[in-house]
Formats: sequence, structure tokens, C-alpha cells
Amino acid sequence: MTWKHICAATELPEGEPVGFKIGDQRIALYKIDDEIFATDDVCSHAFALLSTGFLEGHLVECPLHGAMFDVRDGRCRSGAYKDVRAFKVEIRDREVYVHLDGGPASEDVRDNVTDATP
Amino acid sequence: MSGLVVIGASYAGVQVALSARDAGYAEPVTVVGEEKSLPYQRPPLSKDFLLNEVREPQLILRDDAFFKSNRIDLVLGQRAVEIDRQAKQVALAGGARLDFDSLVIATGSRARRILVPGAELDGICYLRSLTDACDLKGRLEQANEIVVVGGGFIGLEVAASAAKLGNKVTVIEAASRLLERAVSTIVSRFLLDAHARAGVDVRLGETVVAMTGHDGRIAEVVLGSGTRLRADLVVVGIGVIANDELASTAGLKCCNGIVVNEHGSTEVPGIYAAGDCANHYNRFADEWIRMESVQHAQDQGRVAGLAIAGSHERYDSVPRFWSDQYDLKLQIVGLSGRSDQVVTRGSVEDGRFSVFHYRQGRLVAADSINRPGDQMVARRLIAAGISPAPEQAGDCSLDIKSLLKADEKTVA
Repeated sequence: MTWKHICAATELPEGEPVGFKIGDQRIALYKIDDEIFATDDVCSHAFALLSTGFLEGHLVECPLHGAMFDVRDGRCRSGAYKDVRAFKVEIRDREVYVHLDGGPASEDVRDNVTDATP
Repeated sequence: MSGLVVIGASYAGVQVALSARDAGYAEPVTVVGEEKSLPYQRPPLSKDFLLNEVREPQLILRDDAFFKSNRIDLVLGQRAVEIDRQAKQVALAGGARLDFDSLVIATGSRARRILVPGAELDGICYLRSLTDACDLKGRLEQANEIVVVGGGFIGLEVAASAAKLGNKVTVIEAASRLLERAVSTIVSRFLLDAHARAGVDVRLGETVVAMTGHDGRIAEVVLGSGTRLRADLVVVGIGVIANDELASTAGLKCCNGIVVNEHGSTEVPGIYAAGDCANHYNRFADEWIRMESVQHAQDQGRVAGLAIAGSHERYDSVPRFWSDQYDLKLQIVGLSGRSDQVVTRGSVEDGRFSVFHYRQGRLVAADSINRPGDQMVARRLIAAGISPAPEQAGDCSLDIKSLLKADEKTVA
């Protein structure tokens, strides 16, 4: 249960993923329409960083093999790659905090999201 | 119990099932796979898997729980032997019959066999399945002198892996350059140099005319030029053949694969095909083709799954391929056949460059070595039909993404 301070919200460019390294953990942050999302930075199937990928709407594309992940829940749109973890994000005093709890399984995250949006 | 039956449990088959579910398909979904293992990634079989850097459990696409939670019934280790269109049933080798309302044939392809005297000797291997890869991995540990027949993706990846493992490797390629149908001459030459640096002996413009053995085991490979190469292991990668017999026997139209439309549908309502085994009209190729790639299997599988769920989307993805050899990441987007102009972006010397292909002034493809960013932009440019001027594409002082943005404005 750790909220980690990452950066100032103004540091994140709109529509461009940015990678951060917190200890051994790599996370990617995305600012989309002024809302901020966070996922694992390492693609679920190979060592490629999603933060070097392309963001289109809420989907980030892995630069190596084209897997697309929804940054809101980490879910991969393709059957061939596992999901990545999505993390909770909070903005306090215009600073970005990410909840790095080791994360529930991404499938669980997806279920929660499904429940929240009928 | 009817519903959707998918024959084939690799990329295309799995994607069909998932996409149908995603689009709200509520009927039972059954995926039949000939292999016993859970659906798995094939690309690492010729690379990290042979090098022991990836093991079997890591190859699994999705675990059991995932299929269960999506209510996808996997019937593994079972071969479909007949499609009965009248009864709307698929017969399995074990005698079971599965009823279907919708059927998807995603039977993939199999390795083309080499037809030369001695081709049946022990120690002549192919690489397609996990079983093949496990067998090959064991043999690589014992082997010293390896001959790879075919300088295509599989051949070059196996050659790179075998060289990394310390084997003496010779590659025999009939064409005058490597990956002739897939990449520019610049990339062909670059790959040839990379293999030479790793100690791989690549023989271009050479063919294999016979194999000779000793006590039933491979001993020598005889080339068209008369050269005889000693070998204790031969790996053949000379292309694949569509597994379309099940479909053709059922009277479905086949012509180098099962003929399908932009939704993956055959001429028979309710019967679809996707992936390596399907032949479709591709606007990027401007002809009917059969494609063999992960991207194709997934994207065509997806539109078929959507169509079955009643949600129609055209298959219109820009073709994409990749190959990892040594520390080189080769990526290809688009189809470069018949291109008449190329421009290079980045540095060939530094091993980080892209070759943009133009046909009659239109950007049609890009091959990249270690430049994934270029690929992502090139795909978007090609999909949108935007062609930056070649001098812009080749100008590294311009941010590649700006090409897209600048052109978006122009187009708007």
C-alpha cells in the first residue's frame, strides 16, 4: 500500500507517454485530455517499453510488436499478449502520485472497471 | 449445444474467440486445437526458446483461468477430421462431433518439406510447433556442424540462435540475397554482414540437391554447385503450405488457402477462415494473397470474431512482420513488392536505420533495423495513405512524428 510521488502534473505532456523508474519498477504515465493514467512500462511479452510507444486515444502501442494496451485498465486488446497492470493515480497539489501495491492481477482490474461502468 | 466452433488454437483461433466474446457473442465458444499444450507464442521458438532464455510456461498466450473467465472451451490434443456442412458439425479424430452455428477454420500452415534424395534421414528438422522446437533444441546441444536450408525468417533466426550457441553454421539460400521478397537490398546486405560477423557462412545462389547419410543419420549436404558440406544437423526453412485440405474437402473454395472476404467469411454463410490458411484480397498488396504473420492472424481473426457477433468491421490492417536476429530487431511494415524508390533514414553503420519504400511516389513500406519508432509512424502514414516527400522521410533532423502531424494538417 504505497503511494509514490512521481512528478509534477505539468511535467507530463498531453498524449505522449513518459517512463519512470521507481526502484526496480518501471511505470509509464500517460496524460490524456488532462487525465493521468499509469501502467507497467514493460510490455507483457518482451522487453520493450510502452513509454516509447505510440498513444492513440486511450490505447498505447508497444513499439516492437504492435500489441495495444488500454492505459485505463492495462488490458491488452489482442489475445496474444497478457495484460499489463494499471495503477491508481492521484493528483495532490498538482503533484502526481501512483499507487504501487504490486498490483492486483490485471484481469481483476478489468473486472473492477467493468463493474464501475455498466 | 451449438454456437461457435473454431478449428485451430493458435493466434488466429484464439483471437476469433476473444473478439467474438468482446463483441457480446453469448453462445458457447469452443476452440479445437491439435496440439496438447495451451495456445502459445510461436515467434520465440526460433530465438529465445532455442537459447534457453524463455521456457515453455512463458510461451503460453493466456492461462486456463483466462479462457474460463471468457467462457471459451478449449478442446486440446484433438484433430478435426471433417466438416459436415449439411449437419453443421465438425468431426474430431476421436469420434466426437461438435455442432456449430458459426465455424472458423484457423488451421494455419505447415512447413514445406524438402524433396531431395536423402530428405528422410534422421537429423533433418523443421521448425513450426513447440514439439519441433523441443526436438530441435535437444539436437542443437549435440550438434557441431549445422546446415540451414533457406535464408528466410526461420532459417536466419535459427542460424543466429545456433551461432550464438557456438555451432558452426552454414546457410544455403537459392536467391541472390537474403529475405529477397521481404526487405530492401540495403537490409539484405546489412543482415548478410551481421551473420558473417557472427561466423555464419551464408551461401547465396546455391541450392541443395541431395543429402547423404551414415547409418540413417545425416552426414552431408550436397549443393547444386557440387560442393559437399559436412553436417550433423540440417534445419529446413523453405516456407509453409496452407492447411486448407479440411476446407477444400468440405467443398469450400480454396486457391492457395481458403478464399475469404474482408470479414474473413467464405462464400458459405456462417463459415469463416483466418490466419495463415486464408487467402484474401489485400489492398496493400493490390492482389489476393495469403499472409503468414502474427499481425495478420490476429487482425483477421478479430474481424471474423466480430462478424460472428454481428459487428462488422473490414480487415484493413497494414501488414507487419518482425524478426529478431542477434541484437538486431528487424521490423517491416507494409509490402515493398514493386517499389521503385527507396530512401534510408538513420545510420546503416550504427545499425539503426529504416528504409522507406515508394511506389510511383506513394509510401508503401518501411523496413527498420532497431528503429521501432519509425515503424509506428510508417504504419500510420501507410494506413492513412499519407506519403511524406522522400527527402523528408530520410531527414533525421526532422522528428519522425512530425511527419505525421505535419501531413495530418496538410490532409485536414
